[in-house]
Amino acid sequence: MPIEFYRIDDRLIHGQVVVGWGQPLGLGFIVLVDDEVAASDWEQDLYRMGVPPGMQVFFESVAEAGMAARRHDADPRRGMLLTRDIATMARLLESSGRTARVTVGGLHHRPGRTARLRYVFLTPEEEQELRDLASSGATVTAQDLPSTRPVPLADFLNREKSA
Amino acid sequence: MNNGITGADPSSGSTAIVIGHGDFAAGIVSAVDVICGFGSRFVPLTNRNLAPEAIEALVRSNCERTGARVIFTDLPGGSATVAARRATRGADGFTVVSGVSVAVLLAWAMHAGTPSEAAAFAVERGRAGLAVIGAPGAD
Repeated sequence: MPIEFYRIDDRLIHGQVVVGWGQPLGLGFIVLVDDEVAASDWEQDLYRMGVPPGMQVFFESVAEAGMAARRHDADPRRGMLLTRDIATMARLLESSGRTARVTVGGLHHRPGRTARLRYVFLTPEEEQELRDLASSGATVTAQDLPSTRPVPLADFLNREKSA
Repeated sequence: MNNGITGADPSSGSTAIVIGHGDFAAGIVSAVDVICGFGSRFVPLTNRNLAPEAIEALVRSNCERTGARVIFTDLPGGSATVAARRATRGADGFTVVSGVSVAVLLAWAMHAGTPSEAAAFAVERGRAGLAVIGAPGAD
């Protein structure tokens, strides 16, 4: 089946992804799309440690992910595709020609970022990247866990969380 | 294995970092302090709201500030563990222990060996401390 979950999370594979999403949704595999991680055995080892038995992880560059998309589509298991930032997700969707439901799951505080939700901090440039992603056909929401309500893009871009 | 405890003065020992999600580290260190009084041996840190590089910087700066060479984390493969491994990559003498429990921290705090010896001992004690009590069918 086609990958159902496209998630942007700067922590990539971590507890919230494998336990908070992976277990309730019965994820069979994760595709971690990141050029840097795909090129490094050490980085892959780091993230592989977080994946429980019974869940498979694929490490792919953006280019590789584009070519592997059909193989993942044929996989009967439920899958999640992860990128660490908006730009990588945008490049991937543009190169694959796909539209997707993209979840912003975690973009944490950095200098220059403003809090929009408890788990989403954005620079003005990143906000525009999300708008562009939506304009290209993606449905963009923010959602940290499956049990919480997805927040539409327009809602969280118009919201400034108080400190 | 010599338990290294007899005759030791654990209060003069070294410091370890404890880092995890939410208030995990502060909570578990508070429990250790209540039980053995050596909570000050640990520096509790949280990864709350922090980007991965900020978690790594937090671990690194606290290791430099305190001289800690052992880092305890809450979840194997979690962002705290990833950060601890990145912060100590290529540096000698560091030990990262993931999946920490109160039993592990108590054993580490009470051990008189080197920090890494104490960590290895503490992990064994932690594993031994896991038990299912009153399992169905048990006498």
